[in-house]
Amino acid sequence: MYLSREEERMLSGEEGAAVQKAMQLLTALGEVFGAERMVKVESAQIAGVSYGNIGDAGMEFLEDWANLGGKVRVKATLNPAGMDLNKWQEMGVDGEYYKKQIRILKAFEKMGVEITCTCTPYLVGNRPRFGAHVAWSESSAVVFANSVLGARTNREGGPSALAAAITGRTPCYGLHIEDNREPTAIVKVEARMRSIFDFSLLGYTVGRILGSGIPYLKGVSGADLDRLKIMSAALAASGGIAMFHSGGRLRAADKLEKVCVDQRELELSREKLSSEGKPDLACIGCPHCSLQELKDLARAVKGKKVKKGCALWVWTSNGVYDEAKDRGYLSVIEGAGGKVFTDTCMVVCPLEKSGYTHMVSNSCKAAHYVPSTSGLRATVTETYLVLESIMEGR
Amino acid sequence: MLERVYRGRGVAKFLGEGRALVSRQGISFFGGVDPVTGLVREKGHDLCGQDVTGKVLVFPKGKGSTVGSYVLYQLKKNGHAPAGIINVETEAIIATGCILAEIPLVDRLEVDPITAISSGDYVVVDGREGKVVVRKG
Repeated sequence: MYLSREEERMLSGEEGAAVQKAMQLLTALGEVFGAERMVKVESAQIAGVSYGNIGDAGMEFLEDWANLGGKVRVKATLNPAGMDLNKWQEMGVDGEYYKKQIRILKAFEKMGVEITCTCTPYLVGNRPRFGAHVAWSESSAVVFANSVLGARTNREGGPSALAAAITGRTPCYGLHIEDNREPTAIVKVEARMRSIFDFSLLGYTVGRILGSGIPYLKGVSGADLDRLKIMSAALAASGGIAMFHSGGRLRAADKLEKVCVDQRELELSREKLSSEGKPDLACIGCPHCSLQELKDLARAVKGKKVKKGCALWVWTSNGVYDEAKDRGYLSVIEGAGGKVFTDTCMVVCPLEKSGYTHMVSNSCKAAHYVPSTSGLRATVTETYLVLESIMEGR
Repeated sequence: MLERVYRGRGVAKFLGEGRALVSRQGISFFGGVDPVTGLVREKGHDLCGQDVTGKVLVFPKGKGSTVGSYVLYQLKKNGHAPAGIINVETEAIIATGCILAEIPLVDRLEVDPITAISSGDYVVVDGREGKVVVRKG
C-alpha cells in the first residue's frame, strides 16, 4: 500500500503513539480490503458510544487512546449514547451505568470529538459537501451520506472511524472509488409510497431481498428528506447496504439483477417485524427526529392523552431539541403525556429498564434491533396507528 | 519433530507463539468469548468451553458484532488474549481487534490452515513476515 511521506511519519510514531496506533489500524484495514493508498477525509461520524453496547472493553480502550494523546484533526461527531444525559433517571438507567457512560463521553471529549450523540449528524452541522470523502460509522447515516448528500464513505466501525478522525485519512477502497458506486441491481417499486412508514418498509424490504449491493430504485416518488432518512436506516438494518440510487443515469442496465417490490413484499416485511399482543411503549425517532417530524408529531398528538399504563417516547438530537422547544412543539408533546429524550434512542439505551414490554414504532430499523438489544417485543406500523395504539381523546 | 513453514499475509504485524486451537466455525468475540476468563461460551460452537488464553487460534474468519474488536482488546488487558490468530480470510472485526490489542494476525496461507494445523500443534505466528511455523504434535 502506498503511503505519502506524511502518512509514513504517522506510522513511524513521529506524531505520537495515538497517531501511530491509528495509522497501524488504517493500513492493516487497507491491506485487508485491498486499498492501494489512503484518501484524506473531511469528517468522521463515530459509533460505538453506548456503554450498553461497547461495555467495559470499549470504555477502557477509548480511555487508553485518549490518554495516549489521541486528538482528532477533522470534524468528528458522535453517535447516540446509552442514555439521555440529563433525563437518564426517567429512563430507568442506574447510577453505575450513568458513571461509565460519562467516562466514555469524557474520553471522546478529550480527543476533541463533538459530543453530538446523534445518528443524524447531517442535521446538526456535520453535512459533507457533494463528492467529499468522509469516514462514517453509523450505518443509517452512511446510506444517507452516500445516497442523498453524495459524499463518499464505507461502512466504518467505531475504531476505524476514530482512527480516521485522528489521522485525517481512511484507506481508499470500496465506495471511495467512483467505479464502485454504480448500481448493482434495479428495484422496480410497484407499491404505494404515501407515508414515512411506507419508505421505512421499502428500505427494509429492499435490504431483505438484496442483502447487499447498490440498488437503483425505480418508480419512487414523493420522497422528502425525512422519508429518505428513515429509508436509509431500514436499508442498512436488513441488509449490508451502504448506498442506493434513485433516478439519474443508469449504465449497462441490461446486465443488472432486477427485482420487483410490490405491496405484498412490503406486507411481508411488516409481518416479519411485528408481534402478537398490545404494545405499551410507542417510540418515534429512529433515526432521530428532525424539526419537521417533531412539528408533525405535535400536531398529531394535540388534544390527545397517552393512556394509563402506556408511554410515548420520542427521540431526537440535542440540537433539534432546543429548536423544537423554542417553537413550542415539545410542550405540546409533553402536554399529551409524551417524553422527548435526546442523546440516545430505543436501539442503544437499556430499554428493558423502562418497565414496558412491547414497543411499537414507525421505524423498521428500531423493530429489527429492539427485540435483541433489550428483549422487548416489537411491532411496526403507520405513525398515526402507532399513536392511536397508546393514546386516547381527552 | 516435523516443522513446516507456511507463507501468508501479515495483517497485524506482531509476533506470538503457542499451542494451536483450531475451529471450523467463525468466531464472534462479542458474546462468544468471555472477556474476563478467555473461555468460549457460544453454545453449539465447536470450541465451547475451551480457553483461548495464550493459544494460537485458527478459524475461518470473524463474525457478529463489531464490538468483538473491543473484546479482543479487553482479553489482552485481562491477560487472556490468544497468542496469535490465523484466519483463512480475515475481516474488519478481527483485524481491528488484533491491531488494537497487538495480537499477531496472519491470513491467506498457501494451505488451508484448518486442515494443515491441528489443535495442540505448536505454532509461531509472525505477522511482520507474514508467515507461520507449525511444529506437529
